[in-house]
Amino acid sequence: MKVSRCKGTRDLMPQDMARFRKIEAEIRNCCLGWGYREVRTPVLEYLHLFTSAGTLSPDMLGRVYSFLDWDGWSGERVVLRPDGTIPIARLYVENFQDTPITRLFYVENMFAFEGTGEESRERWQCGAELIGGSKPEGDVELISLALEALGTMGIDRTEIRLAHAGLLKTFFEGLGFSGEEEAAFLDQVFSGNLDVLGDLRERSPEAEKQLQLLFNLKGSTPGFVENIKSVFSSSVSGLEPSLKELARIARMLTGLGFDYQIDFASGRNFEYYTGIIFGFYTGERRLGGGGRYDELIPLVGGKDMRASGFALYLDELMNLIEEPAERERILVRVKNEEGLKDCLEAARLLRDAGYIVEFDLGVEEAVGFRWVVDMRCSEGTEIIDQVSGEKSLSASPDELLKWIGETECR
Amino acid sequence: MDWRDRVQVKIALPKGELQERTAALMGKAGFAIDEYSEGSRSYRPQCEEYPGLFTKVFQEKDIAIQLAIGNYDLGICRLDWVEELLVKYHSDALVKIADLGYGKRSLYAAVAGSSGEESLESLRSRSESLRIVSEYPNLSESFALKQRLRRFQIFPAWGAVGVYPPENADMAVMTETSPDWLRVQGLVPVASILESSACLVANRNSLERKDLSRLLSTISSIRIGKQRDKSAAGVELEADLQRSSMEQPVISIALPDGHQRPHTVDFLNRAGLEVDGYNTGKMGNRPRIALDGVMVKVVRPQDMPLHVANGNFDLAVTGRDWLLDHRFRFPSSPVEELLELGFGRVRIVAVVTQDMPVSSTADLRKLNRTSALRVASEYTNIADKYVNDNHLTPCKIIPTWGASEAFLPEDADVLIENTETGSTIAKHKLKIIDTLFESCACLIGSPNTLKRPDKSEKASQIIDIIRRGLEPRPVT
Repeated sequence: MKVSRCKGTRDLMPQDMARFRKIEAEIRNCCLGWGYREVRTPVLEYLHLFTSAGTLSPDMLGRVYSFLDWDGWSGERVVLRPDGTIPIARLYVENFQDTPITRLFYVENMFAFEGTGEESRERWQCGAELIGGSKPEGDVELISLALEALGTMGIDRTEIRLAHAGLLKTFFEGLGFSGEEEAAFLDQVFSGNLDVLGDLRERSPEAEKQLQLLFNLKGSTPGFVENIKSVFSSSVSGLEPSLKELARIARMLTGLGFDYQIDFASGRNFEYYTGIIFGFYTGERRLGGGGRYDELIPLVGGKDMRASGFALYLDELMNLIEEPAERERILVRVKNEEGLKDCLEAARLLRDAGYIVEFDLGVEEAVGFRWVVDMRCSEGTEIIDQVSGEKSLSASPDELLKWIGETECR
Repeated sequence: MDWRDRVQVKIALPKGELQERTAALMGKAGFAIDEYSEGSRSYRPQCEEYPGLFTKVFQEKDIAIQLAIGNYDLGICRLDWVEELLVKYHSDALVKIADLGYGKRSLYAAVAGSSGEESLESLRSRSESLRIVSEYPNLSESFALKQRLRRFQIFPAWGAVGVYPPENADMAVMTETSPDWLRVQGLVPVASILESSACLVANRNSLERKDLSRLLSTISSIRIGKQRDKSAAGVELEADLQRSSMEQPVISIALPDGHQRPHTVDFLNRAGLEVDGYNTGKMGNRPRIALDGVMVKVVRPQDMPLHVANGNFDLAVTGRDWLLDHRFRFPSSPVEELLELGFGRVRIVAVVTQDMPVSSTADLRKLNRTSALRVASEYTNIADKYVNDNHLTPCKIIPTWGASEAFLPEDADVLIENTETGSTIAKHKLKIIDTLFESCACLIGSPNTLKRPDKSEKASQIIDIIRRGLEPRPVT
């Protein structure tokens, strides 16, 4: 019977892994440079970590891989982590609570059920979290870091889209829903279903109009925020603080020369965000996103600590970057058992010099190799440069390495 | 001619509560089915008017699963069982065709009237974990997530869930015909989760490829007269009988319902323990025992090991089969056998049809198969272990909810079942190929509970009394 891959999963092939590792290396390098330290949380977490935060939508929780472990007799379910930030919040509360500022990053896979089985149910993310910073400068730091990482991978034209969770929440609070209704409505809007605005029409035609207007307006300057302020502040109360924060971030981004678009409808799937929400796009492709989540740390049992963070989606980025160039390859043909030691030594010397060296196990064709080193002849080691067709006979491994170096440069 | 060649359409019909009305419906639709009535024990009743119709009788909970797998084209069961499956396993294989209108029930989330947590708001703001017991674990989980309950535990149950709150669980998710029937049990609904009645369901593949029109057109258009629901008016509040006399039990004991009940009564009498109302069932599922500080509830033996492990009950009388089924799933679970009680002796056996050319598990392994071996059982974890221990791969475990003999040969290849004499197995043209172990009734407890200073003395006292039932009564 044929054994096939699990529905909704993917294999990462050698060329995929080359891209994956390149992205990972660039992000790691940037994050480390900005003072972020790498951590890795377990794939398994208790379900109650995610329910007790109370911030993931029921729709998201309904797609979580949850099951009873072998010691799950108490009914305590475990999950394959569906989110990166909440486990980091848990890790932070366990280990870093007494540090005023904690910068952490991770490269991890997330799991969520996806019904068609056509999209992968496992997704890789790289995220950075800045815990303890309450100033908008922290948000700008994270945006700059993300753009720098994208830039090092060769992705330059990244568009930043900004929204503000606090502002959206204030808007909805004014509508007079009950707690339960508001949660259900917000879940719908932030999972991208703007059709529910239609249901709002009967209830409050005025509010529906204002939300439609808010979701349709887009701007790219600090002045836009001022315009929003003048349009809405007379009719919706309590927007001031959110708008002020948004204006400040917009000014800083303008000052840094970043292009951005303020688009309130982009603030979807925000789950635990409380302030600024940012998304990184290339065209309509969402490469990552993040925002401020000031309430999460206390919700998972920590102190009142402000925080923000972002994640970049590796699966998306893998489609965008070029496959990194491979190192040159050398095929070594071995004489027999006695000659093995010499072969290994020569190969080690070449590997140390940065080449990939494979042994011919008798079935290898010399395709894809820049040089073929034949150690079977008694007169010495024969080398062929497969690009130029040049041949040489060398007496020692050092001579071999020297010749290879010379032909490579030609 | 083999039955398989004759069959044009396969339909799964419910046992139990919906059986009588479903029989009436089929009759009215012109497909009267012989031997499909409450007293009948036939699992494959025939329909004279439609010889190409293959019918099989299942527990309702099995019907949704059988249709989703594609073993049956059509089925009738209550909607809640369909939703219980779909809410967890998003499948488009099941199509709801028509609401048949009878067997109406609502699925409620209910708490004890005395709990002080009779609203969703208070449940949401609760700091400790909410213990939810239900025959519908998937709908319960979905409900808890939708309500954003911060922390909860779900205890799947085979039945008798209404008796658990407040002492042995905080919430029961259960069906009733009206909220009045919850009140009779001392419960109040905090939410109504789902309205459901009998419905006609189809397998999507069958619907797309087979001609089911003869059944579809008639069944979905017929309405049978409304059933008068039993009114709860004038029924005494069962729970009060127990609660008024005792607020804080030191020890809570679970006794089995079902066919182990009379044997347990005899045993306890032999030990000199009178449990008032246990035999008659007249006190609901809360009979009274003549021991101070001891509370007794009657629940399903299948559910007991899980609850004892979690400290929801301190002691329980169940079968070793159910204890092992639990332990195989959760090896570190803190529940153990304290006393072998001796009655209810059965063997747990592997069973196949008589015409299958095997006489042992080893033969089964050697059997040349083209598809996965289907092993059906109420004991899913025992079945799983049997399959793994004997390297029977590839294999599928099919959970069943009773009447498992009916699954062979069409819907399973092997059955893991209990038997006392083997006569039922022989009657269904089946044969035993292996005995896994012997089981009998036993008293179980949790080492964690029995160590507790507030419980240990009373518990050992009770165990000593129960032990007296083991010896023949001395002649006086």
